[in-house]
Amino acid sequence: MPEDAPSLRLQSLDYSVLQQCMHCGMCLPTCPTYDTTGIETNSPRGRISLMRTIADGELELSKTFSDEMYYCLGCLACTSACPAGVDYAHMFEAARADIEDHQLLDTSERRFWRSLSVKFIFMRPKWLRFIGSSMRFYQQSGLQNLLRKIGFMKLLPKNLQELEPMTPTIQDAFTDEIVAEFESPASTKPTYKVGMLSGCVQDIAFSDVNRDTVDVLLANNCEVITPRNQGCCGSLHSHNGEIELAKDLARKAIDSFDLDKLDAIISNAGGCGSHLRHYGRLLSDDPQYAKRAHQWDSKVKDIHEWLMSIDLRELGPLATPAEITYHPSCHLYHGQKVMKQPSQLLASIPNVTLKVLKEADWCCGSAGVYNITQPEQAKLLQDRKVDNIKATGCKIVATSNPGCHLQIQNGLGSDYCVRHPISILAEAYRNT
Amino acid sequence: MDTHSIVQELIALLGQESVLTKKEDLICYSFDGTASLKCMPLAVVFPTTTQEVSVTIQLASKHQVGISTRGSGTGLSGGSVPAENSIVIATGRMNRILEYDQENLTLLVEPGLVTNRISETVEADGLFYPPDPSSMKVSTIGGNVANNSGGLRGLKYGVTRDYIMGLEVVLANGEIAWLGSKCVKDVAGYSLKDLFIGSEGTLGIITKVLLKLIPKPEARKTLLALYDSMDDAAATVSKIISSKIIPCTLEFIDQYTLQCVEDFAQIGLPTDCGAVLLMETDGFPAQVESETEQMKSIALEMRAREVRIAATKEEGVALATARRSAFAAVARIRPTTILEDVTVPRDKLVEMTQFVRETAARHNVRIANYGHFGDGNLHPTILADERDEEEMKRVHHAMDDLITKTIELKGTITGEHGIGLAKKKYLKEQFQDHSYELLKLVKRSFDPNNLLNPGKIFDA
Repeated sequence: MPEDAPSLRLQSLDYSVLQQCMHCGMCLPTCPTYDTTGIETNSPRGRISLMRTIADGELELSKTFSDEMYYCLGCLACTSACPAGVDYAHMFEAARADIEDHQLLDTSERRFWRSLSVKFIFMRPKWLRFIGSSMRFYQQSGLQNLLRKIGFMKLLPKNLQELEPMTPTIQDAFTDEIVAEFESPASTKPTYKVGMLSGCVQDIAFSDVNRDTVDVLLANNCEVITPRNQGCCGSLHSHNGEIELAKDLARKAIDSFDLDKLDAIISNAGGCGSHLRHYGRLLSDDPQYAKRAHQWDSKVKDIHEWLMSIDLRELGPLATPAEITYHPSCHLYHGQKVMKQPSQLLASIPNVTLKVLKEADWCCGSAGVYNITQPEQAKLLQDRKVDNIKATGCKIVATSNPGCHLQIQNGLGSDYCVRHPISILAEAYRNT
Repeated sequence: MDTHSIVQELIALLGQESVLTKKEDLICYSFDGTASLKCMPLAVVFPTTTQEVSVTIQLASKHQVGISTRGSGTGLSGGSVPAENSIVIATGRMNRILEYDQENLTLLVEPGLVTNRISETVEADGLFYPPDPSSMKVSTIGGNVANNSGGLRGLKYGVTRDYIMGLEVVLANGEIAWLGSKCVKDVAGYSLKDLFIGSEGTLGIITKVLLKLIPKPEARKTLLALYDSMDDAAATVSKIISSKIIPCTLEFIDQYTLQCVEDFAQIGLPTDCGAVLLMETDGFPAQVESETEQMKSIALEMRAREVRIAATKEEGVALATARRSAFAAVARIRPTTILEDVTVPRDKLVEMTQFVRETAARHNVRIANYGHFGDGNLHPTILADERDEEEMKRVHHAMDDLITKTIELKGTITGEHGIGLAKKKYLKEQFQDHSYELLKLVKRSFDPNNLLNPGKIFDA
């Protein structure tokens, strides 16, 4: 551990957060890693006890502890199961930040990839879009297919080989090209005025979902403001121990909206929304931003949650009747507790039959960059999710997070179609 | 004691992947579901067969180190908190269903099987395993047997003991013994299996469990009665019992608990009433209909503000599930929850619940009260903060008073959680004659060197 290492965030946490766990064990059956190993250390209750022991000064921040905190998916299923209301996310982020501050897992390879991705690309929206454009060229020019065909991928290191098919297909146009900064419903005077978060991965890989979100908002009489050149919300950074970078990104996001004039700020990506709602806590020690960050928290709404809270306009049918199953993203379901609304919305489409997905609230293994850092556990969860989806007999799966979308599509293959619930809704509105 | 060589021998016997010794791992096995109790073991092992349990015990015996057995660690009396420098035998990898005999209505399972899996397995075939401790989605059957766990259905269906037909146990010397049989009638010799039920890991280690199954009731109805006063709820229970109705569940929840449970479960429980009774009847449809009506009218007669009947099976399950979360949900008020398990004869319920309220006032502590009214098993839970020494003193005075009163009313200090470490100091108050010595005599005959879960129940 470096000598000038900063003091531990775990030790400066409000002790009541650490003390809240009364180790009843109700979280155990909901934890995917405990389910895999059956070892307490790989469970929420175990991890919480380790974090508390560190805070109490009875255990050093160790490599074993660090590995454990990165084995955790951060899916937050434990928080839905917890009767005592333990704020696991808060502790988890503090622990990962301590691990990064103290360079417990530092290797030159890890440092290179983290610097390139978390610290560089995801801090700079223009670079992200540039990479997106380059990948689009690579995919659309036929180069990707050609390289795949001649077996070039076999020359890549094994972990990159496994990830290559996960590369998202880049959209023809990014959000700013297909969504105008200001859009108003055509015929009526708008009832609401909302801001729209275009996301980062969502922007380059699923800009069509952003277009659909704006269309559904317009159909429900909302005026939509989508600021240009938005960046990453900082969720990736916060979940991976880079709290200072997350703060910078939060400040940028807050600056890009005029909060006083908006009824809501809409997020359509489960993983982002879960982080976006906690800017208040993130910036609580920043006198310039603390107050606005709290205002921000009160305005951030998940798109499904927002639609179910306003007077929803009647939906038309889909072009062809469909059986659909829904996979809730962990950070929408467990993180934001938006549990019923997406299913309720889908079920209101006249010719949609919604089929129940077994273990729906179980992580698909995407979990941010988890499928890159812990490919084995991620694959177990992907297979389990795919089996459950296939058992429903549905060929269409709805899910509202780009990570889950890619993970599930990759697992299911091209016979199945993964769609954002809002894209399905947009289609239904186009048919009214 | 040479810890290093013990660990090396364990690894040689069981394999590296079955032995945990890192400090981080040991910390995670140093506690169970009980507040404020922890102790690190010297190693945690995961045997997969009876034979591996046996060799582990022999090794422990050779080195004279203790063994504490652990299922999922949900116990509420500290029974699976390791003794100092002991080996923890975690049963999680012995979790198979070995035989499902639908002709004799039995199920043979390994101890690490999660309790809920039993219901999932047999209910599809119209069979039923009634014991349902609140932790059943997490707890293991081995832990249930070792603590003789109860649950919400104890009133009508009894407790774990009533469904155990046979046990395989490994004794302190490593010998393996099969106790019991598939026969409904069996009086050959002492009923030794009954000694192991509720023995909290102090007499031997349970490695197989033969369970009795019964036909699943065809119908079930759940009612929720809301009261302004706890005494009216208690009076309702007495009246139902004296009317010769035995519902499968008669649970009460006081206002503190209700607020916490609703905060967690969000199923629309009323949080402004003094107490609620959760009642469930099961059996043949006609009987269920008639008992539902009778219980409803008794509740209204006893001044229930309102009686709700669950419209669907799912609604009933949601209510029972919410009740099961009570123990952990009350931690929303204060972080340290000291859970009592006192049980009194049912005609003393009103007196005991009043005493709980007076005790809270007398010692200036908060006590949330809920539990199984139907079988007299109360769970007054003292809410505190373990870091506040002065408050913890008051908490202990309150606990002492509750215990003394329970014994005065000819009740028992634990209905279903066991003695473990948490209730150990009170056991002698309840066992005032030679019975206390008799307990020790049994322990010494089975485990003369005091290696099995040493320090639990009493000091041998």
